[in-house]
Amino acid sequence: MIEISNINKWFGSFHVLKNCSTQVAKGEVVVICGPSGSGKSTLIKCVNGLEPFQEGTITVNDISVGGKGTDLSKLRAHIGMVFQNFELFPHMTAMQNICLGQTKVLGRSTTEAQDRANALLQRVGLGELGYKYPAELSGGQQQRVAIARALAMDPIAMLFDEPTSALDPEMINEVLDVMQELARSGMTMMVVTHEMGFARRVADRVIFMDQGEIVEDATKDDFFTRSRSERAQLFLSKILQH
Amino acid sequence: MRYNWNWGILFQDPYFEWLITGIEWTLIVSSLAWILAFSLGSLVGVMRTLPQRLPRAIGAAYVELFRNVPLLVQMFIWFYVMPELVPDDLGRWIKRDMPYPEATSAILCLGTYTASRVAEQVRAGIESIPRGQRMAGLAMGLRTWQVYRYLLIPVGYRIIVPPMTSEFLTIFKNSSLALTIGVGEVLMQARQIENYTFQGFEAFTAATIIYVAVTLVVVAVMARVEVKTRIPGYGVRKGR
Amino acid sequence: MIDFDFNAIIRNLPYLWQGMQLSLLLTGLAAAGSIVLGTILALMRLSGVRLFQWIGTAWVNFFRSLPLLLVIFWFYFLVPMVVQRQVDAFNSALIGFVLFEAAYYCEIMRSGILSISRGQAWAGYALGLRYSQTMRYVVLPQAFRNMLPILLTQTIILFQDTSLVFVVGLADFMTSAVTVAQRDSRLLELYTFTALVYFAMCYGASAYVKQLQKKIHR
Repeated sequence: MIEISNINKWFGSFHVLKNCSTQVAKGEVVVICGPSGSGKSTLIKCVNGLEPFQEGTITVNDISVGGKGTDLSKLRAHIGMVFQNFELFPHMTAMQNICLGQTKVLGRSTTEAQDRANALLQRVGLGELGYKYPAELSGGQQQRVAIARALAMDPIAMLFDEPTSALDPEMINEVLDVMQELARSGMTMMVVTHEMGFARRVADRVIFMDQGEIVEDATKDDFFTRSRSERAQLFLSKILQH
Repeated sequence: MRYNWNWGILFQDPYFEWLITGIEWTLIVSSLAWILAFSLGSLVGVMRTLPQRLPRAIGAAYVELFRNVPLLVQMFIWFYVMPELVPDDLGRWIKRDMPYPEATSAILCLGTYTASRVAEQVRAGIESIPRGQRMAGLAMGLRTWQVYRYLLIPVGYRIIVPPMTSEFLTIFKNSSLALTIGVGEVLMQARQIENYTFQGFEAFTAATIIYVAVTLVVVAVMARVEVKTRIPGYGVRKGR
Repeated sequence: MIDFDFNAIIRNLPYLWQGMQLSLLLTGLAAAGSIVLGTILALMRLSGVRLFQWIGTAWVNFFRSLPLLLVIFWFYFLVPMVVQRQVDAFNSALIGFVLFEAAYYCEIMRSGILSISRGQAWAGYALGLRYSQTMRYVVLPQAFRNMLPILLTQTIILFQDTSLVFVVGLADFMTSAVTVAQRDSRLLELYTFTALVYFAMCYGASAYVKQLQKKIHR
């Protein structure tokens, strides 16, 4: 469903992504990990064209992301994205946040959008909180609203960019639980995260990136039991001590 | 210090009426100029935040041009030079038929000048919104104009309510410069009273009180606006 | 079509230059005076002494709610009356500018002083320095350095503001240009030239300030 081939990207003279290639099949859950600055966040933002790239191709459902004629907005409407800092819109209630894309992009009626929003708020365990403004919610609650906001667009795939990194430890699990439930329901997911427990439980494949390169791209079991590269082993040993 | 006090002069005919006329002109000129400044300034400010290079450059050029020339010079250019620079027919119309040529020039001058200041505030407001907000909007399939319409402008404008208040007060104070091209605003009237009666102390005191009073009213009103438009919980930083 | 007479400008350059010298002199003196007064006002506002705080705050709010033009008229009218003799328009304008601009410089210096961490002042006191010494040797130099770009920007605004002395007939650059323009009936040439000169100077100066800002914040 998502095909990434030979992506190269530079910020000025800094080579952020070096010849990255991988693919994600329908219903697959792929976790991307690696040290900070390794390019994993940049890579996932290339998938829906939030970051432009200079070389290579990415296609989602056979539509080319970097292609000249591609209507990026239309494509993005079908790819959900969840950000590290939630990025709920502060001047709108949780409900309005979930309805915005539905009404303005998909053209749903307000009542239809609200029904859908209510159902999704229930699903992420926040049934009663739709009237709250983001700043009145805890970090974990905000991130769950953000997930509901993305799901409201009926996405064909979901991208998660370090969804738990900005959360206090006690709130991490409530978000991971929602993601796990989502994965079980068959959603195609790309998840940038350091949560190796989540990767072990949920991922089909794990990609390890370092210095802009995809160093490992293996099934979950292969990755955790017999990582080939030293860099990945070093990373794992550091992160699993905790 | 010998000076014949005569506060009563301010309430005599025709001087009292002059002051009232002055207040009217000041308010008319500043309000109309504000409408122009706010709309043009918003446009220029938004242009400076767009991803494309050309609108950014145009916006930047506009701001630099208007804020680096003294307002008084701009006033003279609008009033004396503009009619010569535009096409002949328009120039003739401006000179002969344009209603209230002084006030119109003053409004155009104050409006376009203050627009450059408003633009900077709008830009600062929008730029203070984290980049992730723009990304989140785009990621859900909104187009750039929708991102501005529903996300950046509503939030950005709430942030800049206080500086906008002071910009309005700036335009209100700057409207006094219109007297140099003959608009009969408050200060012009005060000066005229001084010329006729030699009661300069009283006349300038009246003008001073008028300016201070309007400032206090505007500040009070805008404080309410600020409370009304505040986003619940926003701006109060919580540990995440 | 427009016929642009460059000669109208060139033959009046010496006269205009005299006006510019007066503009620069007024700007320099007014800036120096109002930065000093503004700093004193800022210290008053931050002093913790109720009376001083009140005076400082009232000063700032009062002058900031008035148009500069009104202040110029006030002092043009008031100063001769108070000192009981004819006073050069330059001096009355200078006094007006200092008192008025001090309100704006005060707010800049105040935020400059607030930007210095309290620990710096404590460290000064801990060394046995008095309040005045702590301010003079520790806090103000740092505040001044941090605020230098903004102080300069305010001074560019002050330079533009000096053109307002036109209303009391003081022969600065603006007034000289208007005088010549009306005498020779060359409004288009002289006003355009005036605008260009001001633009070049202010744009150049603010470009320099931007450079400086980068240096300081590195």
